[in-house]
Amino acid sequence: MINRNPQLNKHRKLQHLLTTEELPAAILLQILNTAETFVGVTERDVKKVPLLRGKSIFNLFFEPSTRTRTTFEIAAKRLSADVFNLNIAVSAQSKGETLLDTVNNLAAMDADMFVVRHAQSGAAHLIAKHARPGIHVINAGDGRHAHPTQALLDMFTIRRFKHEFHNLRVAIIGDILHSRVARSQIHALTTLGVPEVRVIAPKTLLPNNVERLGVRVFHDMNSGLENIDVLMMLRLQKERMQGAYLPSSEEYFKNYGLTPEKLSMARPDAIVMHPGPMNRGVEIDSAVADGGQSVILPQVTFGIAIRMAVMSILAGQQV
Amino acid sequence: MKIYIKNGRLVDPKTGTDAIQDVFVAAGKILAVGKSPVAFQPDYVIDAGDLIVCPGLVDMSVRLREPGLEYRATLESEMNAAVAGGVTSFACPPDTDPPLDEPGLVEMLKHRARNLNQAHVYPIGALTQGLLGKYLTEMVELHDAGCIVFGQPDGMVANLRVLMQAMQYASTFGFSVWLSPQDSNLAYEGVAHDGEVATRLGLPAIPVCAETVAISNIILLAKVVNVHIHLCRISSAEGLAMVRAAKQQGVSITCDVSVNHLHLSDMDIDYFDANCHVLPPLRSISDRDALRLGLQDGTIDAICSDHAPVDEDAKMLPFGQAEIGATGVELLLPLTLKYGLEMKRPLVEVLATITAKPAAVLGIDAGYLSPGAAADLCIFDPETYWRVTAGALLSQGKNTPFLGMEIPGKVRYTLVNGNIVYQS
Repeated sequence: MINRNPQLNKHRKLQHLLTTEELPAAILLQILNTAETFVGVTERDVKKVPLLRGKSIFNLFFEPSTRTRTTFEIAAKRLSADVFNLNIAVSAQSKGETLLDTVNNLAAMDADMFVVRHAQSGAAHLIAKHARPGIHVINAGDGRHAHPTQALLDMFTIRRFKHEFHNLRVAIIGDILHSRVARSQIHALTTLGVPEVRVIAPKTLLPNNVERLGVRVFHDMNSGLENIDVLMMLRLQKERMQGAYLPSSEEYFKNYGLTPEKLSMARPDAIVMHPGPMNRGVEIDSAVADGGQSVILPQVTFGIAIRMAVMSILAGQQV
Repeated sequence: MKIYIKNGRLVDPKTGTDAIQDVFVAAGKILAVGKSPVAFQPDYVIDAGDLIVCPGLVDMSVRLREPGLEYRATLESEMNAAVAGGVTSFACPPDTDPPLDEPGLVEMLKHRARNLNQAHVYPIGALTQGLLGKYLTEMVELHDAGCIVFGQPDGMVANLRVLMQAMQYASTFGFSVWLSPQDSNLAYEGVAHDGEVATRLGLPAIPVCAETVAISNIILLAKVVNVHIHLCRISSAEGLAMVRAAKQQGVSITCDVSVNHLHLSDMDIDYFDANCHVLPPLRSISDRDALRLGLQDGTIDAICSDHAPVDEDAKMLPFGQAEIGATGVELLLPLTLKYGLEMKRPLVEVLATITAKPAAVLGIDAGYLSPGAAADLCIFDPETYWRVTAGALLSQGKNTPFLGMEIPGKVRYTLVNGNIVYQS
């Protein structure tokens, strides 16, 4: 069965951002390049451009998240859009309204764009499929599936510090199994031409057939980090200890926590990234998180520029 | 009523017949096949030229959603759908609400179905009370009420001692036990096959070992207890190989496959198509191909529709939250024919898997056309292709992964006990 990529319209332009998978490199680069123009805006005294004046953007967070929601909100406001935050976890859904009813009701309020976060994989695809034409959907994280704006801001950060993709070795470290961030990073990295992407994790935290996504699998930090240019750490959820994935956070830190010693296995100019919020002493040592190779704070800054870029491209208002 | 069915191509898998032969029906039974009985005066003549005349289909799993879940489908709509699909006998799994664990519920279902005067309904009794896997049901009472076999459709009885005792008790009275081989701990919260697709889409996965571990336990217990076991819905090549080996060792075991698993794989999930959310999960292409070969070599005894009408709203949800199941009773014949065409198998062999063979597994007197048999027939046009659309289905459930597909085989007449119950 041949299905048109639901993210592209018939002119093969971006109409929704749901995942980094199956997006052409040209579109990923278009987003990164557009974001470059917005980094300047965020550094200006007056941090607003009128690109999305009069547009209504709804933040639909079916799963609580302060950070991601806030960065989307800031990005939308800097583009002069009207932003509405709906914390649906505690409103309509608890009254029995279905996901699509909620979305259709909001669409009837003349929404232009939905930013969606949901605990179920595929929720953003479902909304994009059933939303009326003209509405754009941005996936702000669906289950274990995808978190494309996070991956794009990571690509932006890598390009800022490493300039090119084609000569890099990148390692993603931690709970790959449950991570939407890791999946989106893997697709973005391989599409942008990174020749070697590694994942490092114990077997309980790796999905089956993960090598089919184009990565090399390591279970040991020392060999996995050898010659690495970019380290992408993942957050370890506390629930993993209850689900018999891991015995304890202490043992995890001992084997997979990023300490200065383990970091020394990578290339001396390697950069360290983390999508936040960090668990210090679980997946990353404070000495590394706050150290000279960490680019974790710039990631957060670039996150706003990336989200501005995605919103402006979707609304057809590129600079 | 006396009916004369003339000029049809008669396919009766039980006798191996595939020839142009007339059929003569009287008093609800097959009176004769081939030569006209002396002084036969038909009340009605069906010209079956260019059509195939075969035994009414026997479907091993049709959910009527009664009692309890009528909003998903009504008994009437699903009974209509069955005969529109040429199905004249079918088994209903006990996973209704409440489950079929009390004789009163079974009697009511049988009674309501009988009043509609359509297909024969064979309820599968719950193996354990409330299907909770703790206490045995009153199997003899349930049998007297109309249950022909006993099953546990939602995965395994977690406590193997209870399962063994349920097998022992059932075998005491000669009842066979129908189990869905899936270890619930290994399946956990999974919704898709543990392969590349689930990894890519971030869907919680059900590994093949959820099936093989369950089959292994069932076979080991069946050897000890000496009960007939039927495995509902095999999904994996490895599971199939275990059944094949058990059959070779003389274990009394049969199994079936659904039309979904015979045609589809996890690749069909595509961008989260909730219509592909079925249990067991659609597995890999190589599993699907192995299942097709398993049917050919007889390891798999029958094809079933695994009919599960689902309310539209319950499928308009993210994949993992969407309700499990696909409608299918109207697709059983076309999808079985499609399998036969793709694998280039003779019609008599293909139709056996939805007539004589499931009837034998169920232990019912159906699925053949010899004189004296009940006049349950399906007369269909094998050349007509039709498109699966919501409007083309009589079932209340429009949820099928085959939506939009063109499939072969259109039922023209369905007869139950010599009555024409469907005509198109």
